[in-house]
Amino acid sequence: MSREPIFAPVDRRAFLKSGASLVFVVGTGGITIARRAGGQTVTAAARAIAPTSLDSWLQLDASGAVTAFFGKMDMGQGVDTAIAQVVAEELDVDVARVTVVMGDTHRTPNQGGASGSSGCRLGANALRNAAAEARRVLVARASERLGVPAADLRVTDGRVSAPGGSGRAVTYGELIADGFATDLNWNERYGNNLNVTGIAKPKSPKDYRVVGTPVPRKDIAGKVMATTEYCHHVRLPGMLHARTLRPPVANAVPVRVDESSIASIPGARVVRKGDFIAVVAPQEWHAIKALRELKVTWSETAPPFPRGDALFSHIRAAPVASDSARGGFGGAGQPINAEPTLAAIASSARRVEAEYEVPFQSHARMGPSVGVADVRGGEALVYSDTQKSHDQRDGLAKILGLPPEKVRVIWKPGPGSYGRSDSDEAAFEAAVISQLIGAPVRVQWMRNEGHGWDPKAPACVISCKAGLNASNDIAAWYFRAKGFSGWDVNFNSADPKDTLVGQLTGFKKGDAHNFGAPAESYAFPNTVKYWETIPTLLDRASPLRCAHMRAPQEPQVHFAHESFIDEVAAAAGVDPIALRLKHLRDPREIAVVEEVARLSKWQSRPSPASSRSGAVLRGRGVSLNSGFGGYVATVCEVEVERATGRVWPRRFFVAHDCGLIINPRGLHGTIEGNVVQGVSRTLFEEVRFDERNVLSVDWATYPILEIGDAPESIEIATINRPEEPSGGAGEPAHVTIPAAIANAVFDATGVRMRRLPLTAERVKAAFA
Amino acid sequence: MPRYSINVDGTRRELEADADMPLLYALRGDLALKGPKFGCGLAQCGACTVILNGAATRSCVIPVSAVNGASVRTLDGLGTADKPHPVQAAFIAEEAAQCGYCTNGWIMTAVAGLERNPNPTEAEIRSMLAGLKCRCGTHMAIMRAVRRAADTLASTSADNTNERDA
Repeated sequence: MSREPIFAPVDRRAFLKSGASLVFVVGTGGITIARRAGGQTVTAAARAIAPTSLDSWLQLDASGAVTAFFGKMDMGQGVDTAIAQVVAEELDVDVARVTVVMGDTHRTPNQGGASGSSGCRLGANALRNAAAEARRVLVARASERLGVPAADLRVTDGRVSAPGGSGRAVTYGELIADGFATDLNWNERYGNNLNVTGIAKPKSPKDYRVVGTPVPRKDIAGKVMATTEYCHHVRLPGMLHARTLRPPVANAVPVRVDESSIASIPGARVVRKGDFIAVVAPQEWHAIKALRELKVTWSETAPPFPRGDALFSHIRAAPVASDSARGGFGGAGQPINAEPTLAAIASSARRVEAEYEVPFQSHARMGPSVGVADVRGGEALVYSDTQKSHDQRDGLAKILGLPPEKVRVIWKPGPGSYGRSDSDEAAFEAAVISQLIGAPVRVQWMRNEGHGWDPKAPACVISCKAGLNASNDIAAWYFRAKGFSGWDVNFNSADPKDTLVGQLTGFKKGDAHNFGAPAESYAFPNTVKYWETIPTLLDRASPLRCAHMRAPQEPQVHFAHESFIDEVAAAAGVDPIALRLKHLRDPREIAVVEEVARLSKWQSRPSPASSRSGAVLRGRGVSLNSGFGGYVATVCEVEVERATGRVWPRRFFVAHDCGLIINPRGLHGTIEGNVVQGVSRTLFEEVRFDERNVLSVDWATYPILEIGDAPESIEIATINRPEEPSGGAGEPAHVTIPAAIANAVFDATGVRMRRLPLTAERVKAAFA
Repeated sequence: MPRYSINVDGTRRELEADADMPLLYALRGDLALKGPKFGCGLAQCGACTVILNGAATRSCVIPVSAVNGASVRTLDGLGTADKPHPVQAAFIAEEAAQCGYCTNGWIMTAVAGLERNPNPTEAEIRSMLAGLKCRCGTHMAIMRAVRRAADTLASTSADNTNERDA
């Protein structure tokens, strides 16, 4: 099989010597990692990544090909294409010339990986500025070469030409021949907020020719033609296949292992470290057989979990471990003082109260976790489909006892991600096993692990109360989310304590707390909004440990908040959109709500619909969310089958503003994915468990949406705001879906569904 | 280990394997194909789909011993960059993939389905694709792509597909 060379391009000195295919050169001093290939030892110096060096971001070669180094990665929404557009725009080259390298710790600056819908929102900034600076430097050189002032030169697809019909021109490829150093100003931050600036100012959006156009996604053809190399395809010479064993009771540990039980399987053996246990074999099928046949005696333990049907009573009764005054992003928040609000509600003319329940949900990726590692000679080479390769490198260094610079993580595409999924786990396990046995190792989880052992979206109970005055105006508003911590394991794997194998080999799980409460979209008087977290159920290697899942905890939070606004509207007898518009202040939020009303031909009236007879009931619901720099209002039209309780969200209308749109087509596909995955989570998804372990271990026990339940149509109106920076699009629309559907079900049926998912069984029961 | 011979995308391939090893491991491992993916190993998601005797088949559960001497079509052999299969061309035109891990199953199932029913209604497209999973929620684009492919096939090669089916 063919694969791009592991360490190319690598040796700066070689580049310089061979005639400078490297444009911008800084000092050498890269690190060395040996890799054994085909019996030979290949040693190569890696690029020294320095955010202050232009050539850490961009390289051009003599043919005019451009390579952009992006410290994030695409999860299937075409972020790399958008980045290529930004670079092509500033450099004035055809976008087809631009290749985007993503998430390789030895080739890309640490921009924090995929997180928080930040691929374009934050990740594009550094590359935009770097590309603008590259163009300035190249044009200055052309000016010297051609004897024409830089301001008079034109650049067309990397060709710099003098004015008039002189025909004098020089290409970028010719201009880089001597190499030269260019520094950038760096804000001295790593991660999402890393930025660099040069002397050049990026273009004004009014001059854009590539940004804002529907450039076809670069990744599609490879995925459709079966040429894309996923992480699952990576193979190293001499690689062994490993499978990991999981206990039947979540907190049990291996007591005795009968290795003779797999003696008949060719090359199969057991690998143990601490309470982590795996089998390895030269053939993948033999590793799977060894997994199934190995006899392990597990410790007798008291089952660690409450009964599955006691989940919400457990949450209600649990002590508060932390809250929004103490924890969360940015450290301590505002003190919580609910008393004045509760007092105001208690003395209101009318009170509306509701509680909403959301169970654990699984990232449930199409392919369970995979990782390939070669840890030998004090160095580690790891392939992973992680969302955050630089963080993973730091965590691997700790668990392997190696300096971070001796660990290289190469990101490869995987089966989506949707947050802190299981994606990091197999890479850590492969690295641990490889170090123990001294051979390259590929770990692939089995399906039951992908569902059963990934970090879960935290379950919660959300309480909402409102007081209305005599004229039905909102006088006070109370919101409290209480649930498991979304930081039960961290949102990255920079510390082995946040991985299963780490926790099984002596790294103590942290105790970080975060949940979430809605942003202040509505200017209600006398408001309190806060969250509380409860203690984890099992503080070591738990299959119910929690982490963020697409839009961290916002789908839960906004399901409650946007449902409750509709409950208040119904209580007050007013139209749900009218009530929202009355209290919104942000013009961009108002704009998307007005736009979705127009798009969906919204008829202003209170819910529920007056006609609620017949075998199929129809209704409409609205929901609003803003966050990650995106503003979204969604209207859903549902059909509810009275006899079965089946909910079909037949049509969606989405008004979407995420500032400057880089690729309208990519954005359209991203919004559709937000909606459809949201339908799946709203109607079908719930992790089941009993006192012993998670019971949702495959697609039969954790159903997701299938195509028969996909909507008939999703109409999207995007509001492009070139004057505003690009915001996020990977999550904001997703957040609107649960409440849009639940509000539509209420409109159709008069029945308010306050617990996700809205399964047919549950809706039918609610009718009765 | 016993030896098996399978015709994969028109080429006879020999391999040694345990009789109970699923075909998927031969395709992914021995033959290093990139189309069929491991998704569940339980025939629940379709990421591993190949076409066996004209029918979309889950290669993760069918033992290699059961396909000895059979002919298998995979996504890897379906079309080329210069001449993609109409279903592939339609998936590219509609950008009907996000992460793309499940794409193999949708394309192979659609290819087999359209060979049997080249001019499906919207309901028949949904029925043809039932049982497949896509976690990213790409279903709208997939339906557009299959519709587009059906239109292409109906206008250009209905006769050919009927012959192939027979």
